Amino acid sequence: MASDAIALTPARVASRPVVEVLHDWLITVDHKKLGLMYIGYALVFLMIGGMEATIIRIQLMVPHNTFVSPETFNRMFTMHGTTMIFFMAMPVMFGFANYLVPLMIGARDMAFPRLNAWSFWMTAFGGLLLYFSFLGGTGLYGAGSAPDVGWFAYAPLTSRAFSVGHSTDYWTLALLVSGFGSIGTSINIVATIVSMRCPGMTLDKMPLLVWMNGVMASMVLFALGPLSAAQIMLLIDRYLGGHFFDTQAGGSAVLWMHFFWIFGHPEVYILVIPAFAFVSEIVPVFSRKAIFGYPVMVAATVAIGFVSFSVWAHHMFTVGMPSYGNAFFVLTTMLVAIPTGIKIFNWIGTMWGGKLRFATPMLFCIGFLFQFLIAGLTGIMLGAAPFNWQLSNSYFVVAHFHYVIVGGIIFALFGAFYYWYPKMTGRILNETLGKWHFWLFVTGFHLTFDFMHVPGLLGMPRRIYTYEPGRGWETWNLVVSIGALFQAAAILVFVYNLIASYLSGREAGSDPWDGWTLEWSTSSPPPDYNFAVVPTVRSRRPLWDSKHPEDPDWKYE
Amino acid sequence: MSATPSSLSQATVDWRLPYRGRVGMLCLIAAETGIFSIFVVAYLFYIGKSVTGPMPKDVLELPIFISVCLLSSSLTVHLAVKSLARGRLAGFQVWWFATIVLGLIFLVGTAREWHRLIYEKGLTISTNLFGTTYYSLVGLHASHVTIGLVALSIVMTFALLGKVKPEHAERAEVLSLYWHFVDVVWVVVFTVVYIA
Repeated sequence: MASDAIALTPARVASRPVVEVLHDWLITVDHKKLGLMYIGYALVFLMIGGMEATIIRIQLMVPHNTFVSPETFNRMFTMHGTTMIFFMAMPVMFGFANYLVPLMIGARDMAFPRLNAWSFWMTAFGGLLLYFSFLGGTGLYGAGSAPDVGWFAYAPLTSRAFSVGHSTDYWTLALLVSGFGSIGTSINIVATIVSMRCPGMTLDKMPLLVWMNGVMASMVLFALGPLSAAQIMLLIDRYLGGHFFDTQAGGSAVLWMHFFWIFGHPEVYILVIPAFAFVSEIVPVFSRKAIFGYPVMVAATVAIGFVSFSVWAHHMFTVGMPSYGNAFFVLTTMLVAIPTGIKIFNWIGTMWGGKLRFATPMLFCIGFLFQFLIAGLTGIMLGAAPFNWQLSNSYFVVAHFHYVIVGGIIFALFGAFYYWYPKMTGRILNETLGKWHFWLFVTGFHLTFDFMHVPGLLGMPRRIYTYEPGRGWETWNLVVSIGALFQAAAILVFVYNLIASYLSGREAGSDPWDGWTLEWSTSSPPPDYNFAVVPTVRSRRPLWDSKHPEDPDWKYE
Repeated sequence: MSATPSSLSQATVDWRLPYRGRVGMLCLIAAETGIFSIFVVAYLFYIGKSVTGPMPKDVLELPIFISVCLLSSSLTVHLAVKSLARGRLAGFQVWWFATIVLGLIFLVGTAREWHRLIYEKGLTISTNLFGTTYYSLVGLHASHVTIGLVALSIVMTFALLGKVKPEHAERAEVLSLYWHFVDVVWVVVFTVVYIA
């Protein structure tokens, strides 16, 4: 079958003018090219956001440091957060969803290819707007530069009086524009999954990655609306003299917090569910076992999707809510632990008794399992209102959510890179460099984020540009900053690996991992049309069925 | 691997999935519901919290006529799509045109109401919290009506050029879903702004 696909692929034209190739990418509506553009775009922003993080850590390495000014420090943490969430994590997840969902459901393309291109360019334009603020943020007032209001931009700091110039406008417009892009691509993902599946792929036979991306996209639909609405309100306040968040005219600053976190908390799950999706595909293949508890995994994902919309005010315990408000949000937050715990047990259940292969994708997934568990445990600690009153806005919180995002999401994402890079490029990423990447990153991650909990417990607030010596914070901060350097080194190894393996990596063939889902049945990289013959599936592992016709899955499912 | 084509391409009978345009529009409606909900919540939250006047009961009048027009347009667009599906092209054009006219009447009515509020009652978006929330919520809805009218007019142009055929009924229905949604939103806006 794979040879059929290769035979039908037109021979590659050796050399085309660069302009022509660029033009092809610019006007493309192909889900694979757009997926790769999303991923490449996100990697650029990963580097930029990483540099901002490095600047933050250099500044905090020792007390009374003057590496950057307080104003620059504020811009760095604002840009770091905004970049990493909106222009790194979301685009990279959309990129993988774009690339993989049609291939895994046996479709030719997404449901709306042109909407797909539109969405990508909206996101790209949003990122450019955000970074144009370094030039344009000064505006006519001669004040401000890049946004410096923090990634959740609490009112009234964002009002005209406290945020002069245009920096906040760039922030809000960038998020509004890229938000429309996110909604567009999510509409596309849901419509693709509902309407484009190949014959035989009923909902209970979809790969878990497809299920989870479907849940993620549905969540984006409901979460990005409130964010966009809040941004529109902020624009009305700033440009038309509205009073939504203007406390002097009776407006409420707390309302902004509610609106932001109604988006903000589901956003965490929007990012982590695709990470779950990667792990749910990689762990079975490298354990040589079908996923344990497929229906429960689906149910747990949907449950997380629902519950995540009812937990937002656990970001606001210190604002002051009625006791029943606190109790409600504590209980819903605790509730998230149940479906998440089920998932962790299911992944371990998949590995249990399996024939484990510790290739780089699997290493990253195992790292994910341990670290995401710890991230969840500190999440439960912070979800308890009394504990939260003590530690809200401290480095303990920063350590917690970086444990989720770096230790969980980024680890799973790196696993996905090593797993699907052969499909996307036709070359396998170098395993030796992969191991270097993994161990350097694990070391750096734990140095940074394990030890970051401690200054938080000792009372170090987040977002301070420097601190006094003699509070017992110095050593911890030094270790945290050294860890950041390890992580930066690991990322450089990764980027080098991406480039070097593309140029001279080992040929992957169509199915380097002995996989089971449809994307491995076509050539690497897949031809424009994906599948020469529309596939028909009878079980959750169509390639297992075709490789083992004597013992197919559909006899048991 | 050689066994793959046979086992991957067994024909299954009767494989039909929902129309992607319909699914896409329903997703868009879900996202729009999120946006409108937040504006409605903001409106409700700020009722009676304005520091200065004018207050809603001082200036608002029930826009009965234009509401009837807008809600009727849901019926006309439905009849238009039905006519198209049954191949009655003239009926489609008449009902589709009626929808556009009714939508336009609604927009003109909103414009007159805003003109009265701004020039006679002195209420602008920056006057007080009521002005801010009122103009944003009603304005967000009116902008959706406008977008709908543009889309309806594009289809109308194609219809007059003879390009809209019965096989396009499914697509016309997708647009009608959006229009129904805009009408439903108006029911909510009408309730919270003019009745609550």
